[in-house]
Amino acid sequence: MVGAPDGGTVISVALQKRLGDFTLDVAFNAPRGVTAVFGPSGSGKTTLINALAGLVTPDTGRIVVGGRVLFDRHINLPPRHRALGYVFQDARLFPHLTVAKNLTFGGRHDHDKVIDLLGLGPLLDRRPAGLSGGEKQRVALGRALLSNPAMLLLDEPLAALDAPRKAEVLPYLERLRDEVGVPMIYVSHAMSEVTRIATHLVVLDAGRVVRHGPLGAVLADPASLPLMGPRGAGAVVMTTVQSHDAQDDLTHVTFDGGRICLPGRLGRLGSVLRVRIPAQDIILATRAPVDISARNILPVTVTTINQDQGAGVAVGLLAGQTPLLAQITRASLRDMDLSVGMQIFAIIKATAVAPNGDRV
Amino acid sequence: MIWAPVILSLQVSALATLCALPVAVWVAYILARKRFWGHGLLNGIVHLPLVLPPVVTGYLLLVVFGRQGALGGLLFDTFGVTLAFRWTGAALAAGIMGFPLMVRAIRLGFEAVDSGLEDAARTLGATQTGVFTRVTLPLMMPAVIAGAVLGFAKALGEFGATITFVAAIPGQTQTIPTAIYAALQVPGQEAAVVWLVGISITLAMGALVASEWLARRMVGP
Repeated sequence: MVGAPDGGTVISVALQKRLGDFTLDVAFNAPRGVTAVFGPSGSGKTTLINALAGLVTPDTGRIVVGGRVLFDRHINLPPRHRALGYVFQDARLFPHLTVAKNLTFGGRHDHDKVIDLLGLGPLLDRRPAGLSGGEKQRVALGRALLSNPAMLLLDEPLAALDAPRKAEVLPYLERLRDEVGVPMIYVSHAMSEVTRIATHLVVLDAGRVVRHGPLGAVLADPASLPLMGPRGAGAVVMTTVQSHDAQDDLTHVTFDGGRICLPGRLGRLGSVLRVRIPAQDIILATRAPVDISARNILPVTVTTINQDQGAGVAVGLLAGQTPLLAQITRASLRDMDLSVGMQIFAIIKATAVAPNGDRV
Repeated sequence: MIWAPVILSLQVSALATLCALPVAVWVAYILARKRFWGHGLLNGIVHLPLVLPPVVTGYLLLVVFGRQGALGGLLFDTFGVTLAFRWTGAALAAGIMGFPLMVRAIRLGFEAVDSGLEDAARTLGATQTGVFTRVTLPLMMPAVIAGAVLGFAKALGEFGATITFVAAIPGQTQTIPTAIYAALQVPGQEAAVVWLVGISITLAMGALVASEWLARRMVGP
């Protein structure tokens, strides 16, 4: 469940592999939940996930899942013994079998529950060739789940889908995350997907892990700014839906740093809503502003100031216990005379906050 | 008069194809999926019956499988089986001659199967054998059948190796081609020749058409 405490480390990975000029050298731990592996094309994400699956053999390393060693100096389990489910970017449904036969290819674990969860009932007698991209991926998800995996690997499952199909499949992935307890490794180069699905984040660049940890902490880390840019970097906050304002078509959400209002009617009362605040969408003020159009003004404390890259300055903030990240210019930094420990105000444009919940 | 060779030909070709098929599938699998040092050499040996003079192939069969030959002697002493000058020998000759065509057709089938699907099957828990029987084979079945049909047709038409290895004994090893040849040596057999030639052409055309149609069914996901 989103927001539930870690169940401890479930997946422990350390591996090295050379492929021509490229060297993959990674080490990270993943707890229960969805661990996103994020990075640009060519950063080694697919090699990593294939090594976890046993489709590729690392040169050295150690892979442990749920206490079971899948790979080390003496052990190299083939894919069929690794108890994993793999969802490929191109679905890879067997064209000569019906959807029903595809689904049960690897087993029938929790058959009815999985069919229900993914809405696959109407598709059972169809053939893969007649399915839409979104339907194919849902079947691929179901097929992987029915084989009773200890770990689910997803290699950019939405990359081959257009925007409407992505929107169709994402809620099913969220449901998987929230209702099925299987840890997921989710490879993606799309930050919008990562902020919606992930609970933990591993950032890869040129074959190396440059950051890893809980999603919010990694994205709000000032050192993430040069990696992901001011639109990619920025806190993802787990808020609770407090009220809906029907008259003004607003939703109010709360977290330990204060209250945020968002346009539209979002989420059910009391439910958790992920709110994304990109670094470029926070304006800082040393005094509480008056007579401005922005409605979200939160008192914050400055925790870090990073000036290493170009004209942009990464400012780490704390709203309550929640880390936020803002990007301002060097000139502004100088003019405002900001320093660590200062109590200032963060102005978050309501339209700039990207809600990631279901519309009610 | 004409039906004996036809029935014998069908019998010989059926046995030849049935025995050669599993071997052809296995060899096609190795050639399509495995990289190893003798790859080119194996490929060459498989194609040898296509380019060697059939009489040479027949002679080599006599040397190895004749009563005095290495394997022929062993077969007779252990199982009491003789191949030379028997219809089973005709099947062996026909099978060997059709083998390269079968391997070629089946190998194309293997290469057309997306190995990504095989990977997916492995992640779902299938064993090596399971992957082959549940995914690879069903997907390449048209190619296997096309290969079998081609091999069968070639076996029906086999002459040089057959006549060298098993001669043309009526009722025992006189297949359609050897029957045609024998009939041509004797005056007054023109009617028989025409019938046999007609049957031969029909069978060959039918096999080619069937094989083409099956090959086209392979295309597409």
